[in-house]
Amino acid sequence: MKRRAFINLFLGGSLLGTVISFLYPVIRYLIPPRQSEAAAKTIVAAKVGELAPNSARLFRFGSSAAILIHTSDGELRAFSATCTHLTCTVNYEGDTGTLFCPCHNGRFDLAGNVLSGPPPKPLEAYEVELSGGDIYVSRKT
Amino acid sequence: MSKWQEKVEAYLEPRFQLSAIRNFANKKKVPEHRHSFWYFFGGICLFLFIIQVLTGVLLLLYYTPSVDTAHESVQFIMSQVKFGWLIRSVHSWTANILVGVLFIHMFSTFFLKAYRPPRELTWITGFLLLVLFLAFGFSGYLLPWNELSFFATRVGTDIAGVIPFVGKALKTFILGGQEVSDATLTRFFWLHVAVLPAIAILIMGIHIILVQTLGMSKPIGVGETKEISFFPEFILKDALGWLIILAVVGAVCVFLPWEAGPKADPFASTPLGIKPEWYFTFMFTTLKLVPAHIFTIEGEILAVLGFMLGGLLLMLVPFLDRGAAREKRSPIFSAVGLAVVLYIVVMTALTYLAPNIGK
Repeated sequence: MKRRAFINLFLGGSLLGTVISFLYPVIRYLIPPRQSEAAAKTIVAAKVGELAPNSARLFRFGSSAAILIHTSDGELRAFSATCTHLTCTVNYEGDTGTLFCPCHNGRFDLAGNVLSGPPPKPLEAYEVELSGGDIYVSRKT
Repeated sequence: MSKWQEKVEAYLEPRFQLSAIRNFANKKKVPEHRHSFWYFFGGICLFLFIIQVLTGVLLLLYYTPSVDTAHESVQFIMSQVKFGWLIRSVHSWTANILVGVLFIHMFSTFFLKAYRPPRELTWITGFLLLVLFLAFGFSGYLLPWNELSFFATRVGTDIAGVIPFVGKALKTFILGGQEVSDATLTRFFWLHVAVLPAIAILIMGIHIILVQTLGMSKPIGVGETKEISFFPEFILKDALGWLIILAVVGAVCVFLPWEAGPKADPFASTPLGIKPEWYFTFMFTTLKLVPAHIFTIEGEILAVLGFMLGGLLLMLVPFLDRGAAREKRSPIFSAVGLAVVLYIVVMTALTYLAPNIGK
């Protein structure tokens, strides 16, 4: 290698190294730090008798919303309220007895399965238990 | 010219070489023909951008970018600060009008085939400016932290999340975490008032320099035409367009001030009838209609990839339309462009006229 070519390579490489050493901390700074999520496993969603039949309530479960439904048959069911399409929050529609996402008109039945619209997956179902007058909702293990 | 004017000019002349600028502006000619009406939309975009900067700077005085205070500060601007409603309405309305005019400017340039060599970079910088202004709209929409903007941001960032390979990292980067939160609001504010303006001014500078040095493109088949001087004739006609737009903005703001909407509650149901800003609705309605799965791939992924591919092809059209590059008519490109415009118009109209589509 000729001396000039070596110097060009050396200086060019040094410049590139300098630029990378400046950019690296900036890029790392821009990536948000990982934060430990409040991964709640069980939560008291409501009191027994608080929810009339054929109605529902949204509650905070960890860092996202969940929905507790008291069906017209008197059953209690709970799901993640985050639509599996593009993460809007679903509503309970009493007249049709279904869960509806108003963003792109996705509809789920009371087992969490997709009835119509673009959602690709069912809603995540949670376990519901009654204890001491409280309704406990927990993630399925 | 009065004496003091002469004195001021005598002082400025050797320092700024005003006569050189004046000579350039006088010598520069703009062709005048039956399509030259479309030339004015670029200037209107610039004018609306200037209004955006001025009103944005004023809003910064009272706006606070935090989940607990953002909505309250916007309400304070709207109800307590003198003329706050006007400043914010002008900012929001001109942002929407600007996107509309940008679309008109882009498609008129497209149909006149003004992207022909040597103006490929003018087209590409223009396309990038449209993308940047859509990003301005998207980031600014969240800042009042209201119900609609919260869910629109959730959906919009989730769309970024479905892009294969980079989607998840991109979504985390945009949101500043996993969910739309305080960190998202801070990031959107940072993008909206610092990063995007800096990039926009840089690209706009290149775009304007290219327009000035290359001059206005004449459509294919338009031969020798009458020409008018850039200054003062074209500028005066431009100024008339600016005045009309200003009058429209003023009237709209007085009669339809921009609302603050109810404060966002991340744990509440998504309100019925939710939709994004009008310029994203054609994509929004497409996502409603796309089936959950196409073959084995999720429909939304295909739709998002389709839009990205469409955007890329549009950006690269100067290199694809070889006929126009040889000054020959290219009816296929015009037909495809017309189909794209019709698609956007029909899907946008469906959003408002048939909100239950796909239900």
